[in-house]
Amino acid sequence: MKLLTCHDLCISYNGQLVVDHVSFSLEQGQYLCIVGENGSGKSTLVKTILGLVKPQAGHIAFSNMQRKEIGYLPQQTQVQKDFPATVFEVVLSGCLNTRGMRPFYSRKEKDLALKNLELLGIGNLRKKSYRDLSGGQQQRVLLARALCATKRLLLLDEPVTGLDPVITAELYSLVKRLNQEHHITVVMVSHDIASAVTYADQVLHMGSHMLFFGSVQQYRTTELYRHMTGGCDCD
Amino acid sequence: MIDFFVDFFSYHFLNRALLVGVLVSLCAALLGVSLVLKRYSMIGDGLSHVSFGALSIAVAFHWAPLPVSIPVVMAAAFCLLRLSENSKIKGDAAIALISSSALAIGVIVMSFGSGMNADVYNYMFGSILAVSQSDVWISVSLSVIVLTLYALFYNKIFSVTFDENFARATGTKAALYNMLLAFLTAITIVIGMRLMGALLISSLIIFPALTSMRVCRSFQGVVILSAAIAVVCFFIGLLLSFLFSTPAGASVVVVNLMALVVFTLLGKCLRRAR
Repeated sequence: MKLLTCHDLCISYNGQLVVDHVSFSLEQGQYLCIVGENGSGKSTLVKTILGLVKPQAGHIAFSNMQRKEIGYLPQQTQVQKDFPATVFEVVLSGCLNTRGMRPFYSRKEKDLALKNLELLGIGNLRKKSYRDLSGGQQQRVLLARALCATKRLLLLDEPVTGLDPVITAELYSLVKRLNQEHHITVVMVSHDIASAVTYADQVLHMGSHMLFFGSVQQYRTTELYRHMTGGCDCD
Repeated sequence: MIDFFVDFFSYHFLNRALLVGVLVSLCAALLGVSLVLKRYSMIGDGLSHVSFGALSIAVAFHWAPLPVSIPVVMAAAFCLLRLSENSKIKGDAAIALISSSALAIGVIVMSFGSGMNADVYNYMFGSILAVSQSDVWISVSLSVIVLTLYALFYNKIFSVTFDENFARATGTKAALYNMLLAFLTAITIVIGMRLMGALLISSLIIFPALTSMRVCRSFQGVVILSAAIAVVCFFIGLLLSFLFSTPAGASVVVVNLMALVVFTLLGKCLRRAR
């Protein structure tokens, strides 16, 4: 069943066309990696899917879910690095999209936040301050918050930036587990083509216009993939 | 000791100043947590200067000061937010532009009136005598509005403060809540400005938040402790100003400064102990 369809998207950023006639669709339960160089329009595409940036042309359709039900893991901002908030407060804020105009959280949201903390193996950190955590722990907290916001679709914008290789591998397999065991559809923006073809099942290669969209198996056979990985099939 | 307090509370103007001051400190401290974390602290400073300009014009034309200044400062808050978001002119430069212009206009308007020096001094550094009985009512009701709105939207304000992009992506109207913060700040500044002075009022926004962040680990903790610190510091500041005949606004700021120093040291000790 289709979850997300992007049809003929054109998006400008600072007056420059960065996404040029991009179309793709995503089935429920798939794991899509959006790869490409810096400035290839990956992040802009993600922001458009989220509704933070308006496309110049084309449209995005969601079936079976609303746009505000996307679990988004943004890139970390400067403000967050030194932010006095407990892990629980941060994760709970992911439940805000179901509250509407009701001002306070109920037992149901608090239980959901606790459940997601346990799911990601950080239940013991819930009273810790966000600013005292390591980079990998902070990403897990933000992932737990994203899970509170969604039941179906996770959208991760370069989640492993600044993490060491061990933590990076842990985070990748965590996301894979959510995809396989909890049937959450995943869209991940990444620089890292080698990991993309290891974990994902779909690839969208951006270079302002769409260079490739299809399954990982097909992607491995392309000239583009061989060029990007320096001629060897490294996985 | 008891005589001192009996003496202190026997002055009606002091009681009025205490009531309005405590409420303003409370509002400013709550809003300040978000403003400081969002790197908006200078907006408070900019708005106080605009408030100075608006007040001096109101006084020159014999208009009621609060009803004139509040809409003007709200409009300025709206412009400042817009400017810092669509950053053709960078936020800090925009604030400097607006605040010095408003200050200049205010001083020129005042110079046409009489008693330029005393008025300017009072507006710059605050006056304990400035709070009239009708001001008390306006101030109390506005503060109640600010506190109620803050409590109702607390969770949304947290989300927008911590991560604006996430908040927007999950359907929270971040621009609306930024505007709410700016408007509430505008109201708070106008109410408190004549008591604290245009140059000193922004300290009420910045100090308590920074002080409580030295020791608290949760957002809720920071908010509650800031509110407590702000109220206690205002009260002590006013007492000291009465005791030593020092200017009230300046005394409150100095007490806040001392609290910041004490809590910074306390924070260092706590971190070592953990």
